[in-house]
Amino acid sequence: MLVRGRARGISPSPAPAGATAGRESVTRWGDRVTHAVAAVAGMVPLGALAFIVIVMVVSAIPAILFSGTGFFTGSVFSLGSVYAPPIHHHGLTAPFGASYGALPLILGTFVTSLIAIGLAVPISVGGVLMLSEWLPRRAQSFLSLFLELLAGIPSVVFGIWGVYTFGPFMAAHVYPLLTGLGTVIPWLKGPVGAGQGLLTASLVLAIMVVPIVAATTRELVRRVPTLAREGALALGMTRHETAKVVTIPYVRTGILAAALLGWGRALGETMAVLFIIGNVLNGYPQNLYLSANTLSATIAGTLDGALTDSTGTDISALAEIGLVLLVISLVTNFAGRLVIRRVSDQALPVGRGV
Amino acid sequence: MRHTRGAIFWLLCAIALAVIVFPLIDIVVTLVRVAAPLLRPSLFATTTQAGGLGVENGILGSLLVGAGVLIVAGPIGVLAGLYIAEFASGRPRALLRFFSEVLSGVPSIVVGYVGYVVLVKALGWGYSLLAAVVALSMLILPYVVKNTEVAFESVPRSLREGAAALGLSRLTTIRRVLLPPALPLIVSGLVLAEAIATGETAPLLFTANWSDLNPQLGLTHNPFGYLTGTVYYSFNLPSKGEHQLAFAAALVTVVMILLMVIAGRLITMRARRMTANLEV
Repeated sequence: MLVRGRARGISPSPAPAGATAGRESVTRWGDRVTHAVAAVAGMVPLGALAFIVIVMVVSAIPAILFSGTGFFTGSVFSLGSVYAPPIHHHGLTAPFGASYGALPLILGTFVTSLIAIGLAVPISVGGVLMLSEWLPRRAQSFLSLFLELLAGIPSVVFGIWGVYTFGPFMAAHVYPLLTGLGTVIPWLKGPVGAGQGLLTASLVLAIMVVPIVAATTRELVRRVPTLAREGALALGMTRHETAKVVTIPYVRTGILAAALLGWGRALGETMAVLFIIGNVLNGYPQNLYLSANTLSATIAGTLDGALTDSTGTDISALAEIGLVLLVISLVTNFAGRLVIRRVSDQALPVGRGV
Repeated sequence: MRHTRGAIFWLLCAIALAVIVFPLIDIVVTLVRVAAPLLRPSLFATTTQAGGLGVENGILGSLLVGAGVLIVAGPIGVLAGLYIAEFASGRPRALLRFFSEVLSGVPSIVVGYVGYVVLVKALGWGYSLLAAVVALSMLILPYVVKNTEVAFESVPRSLREGAAALGLSRLTTIRRVLLPPALPLIVSGLVLAEAIATGETAPLLFTANWSDLNPQLGLTHNPFGYLTGTVYYSFNLPSKGEHQLAFAAALVTVVMILLMVIAGRLITMRARRMTANLEV
């Protein structure tokens, strides 16, 4: 009967003139059922979101009680040994030697995703400007297909490409040049390693995020009023000045939104990072070239191990990591969507590529 | 001076464009180059069982889970999109739309974790097709919803007014007037969602786990293989052949996804032309 209650809100549709009373009630009944079924389906995405949040919170509670603030301040993330007697702490049991300090993971997540989005935004904006100002319309639609294809490349494929081709190439040819900047930015000092590490992961993430930012930017640039741009050109401005004075200010807020959404994706990206970043569980890398770890890669990389822990605290610690990741992702996503609402009603691409 | 600065600006922009274009080309080239020795028909007729270098179990699993996702997320997503576009209004509509979009921001590994804790463990389904389908459905639902919503909203106003003038009921209006022009965009949304589902790994690792055998009958307690899993697990094995298999599986996945993306795009273009003709 709940279904009926939901349907009561709508006004009955006007019946065709001359319809019999029987027909009318059948039509109205059909309308009500459609409305009710659609309403139930309409709640599913919200329900799924709430469900995910609740499951993560509930699963994380034992770990939150176990490590307290140590989760955010500790530098050692260890699942402990299941071959020794479990330890008791704050009324909870955990494997011997278990320690859930996630600070390196949180930092790793922020550093990789911020480098990625910091590179992806100028690359996207520059590429789109080049495209819209210099290339013919046909090339533009070709590139938009290209961006869709790039967005469609699976994370795991970026991962093997990063390990096999991209990382070694960068370590052999590009990173040695970057060490020259080591005097300005100390984290760029050598050794450069073999190409699996923080910086390679960040660069691959940047490539993965570009389609999101670029697709939105392209949509925004297309909406810049032609009159304003033509006016600027008529005033004798060069194309570069027109882009700087008219186009970029016009799309600035939208790009902020795209950057936030892209950042959200970079934060949660798992498989590519899991392959490329080198997965160090305890401590910090000496420089940007060496192995580190992120929240998402840790969940994927250690869930198998955590499953062997009969106390259940290991698996709960991964839930706490997931919860932190979820909260960060949802906050950036919320913010991005709020900004988008201010720029346009809809029709901007949603999140995770394609 | 102005022109020099302009030239430098555009040079940087051209480099940016190259940086966007180059990786995709290099990825495809790398995949083809490394996978080359395995690219023969038997690749598709061999499972990974006993060190076999083939993608049969991967493809079958991916197709199965893809079909399942279409069955679960398809109807729910389309109906939800219909509700947001045609029935809801005001604040509830804005909220439903907003949260559906926010759902697309949930990291896929978190969806995998929830799938493991709830579906595999708490509900006792074990590693299974059902758990994988439900987890992936949560992930792609927002895309189906969004595309359906856009599809219905892009139907010209004149058609609605015509339907209202004829005194058609809500249901008839949707079925006979709105659905035909909206259908191509809805279908292309489903195709794109399917493409996303095909490329996902993280949620499957902990709901489908892995099997070297072809998928067995049975919705629960049946771990199965999938293409992205072939990539992941084979790449982590130390032999050269396994490495090649990882790239071959990646190539097959990428080709499947590219075909879906292109199909989705063709359908969208057709739909645009159709809607343009409708608008008088």
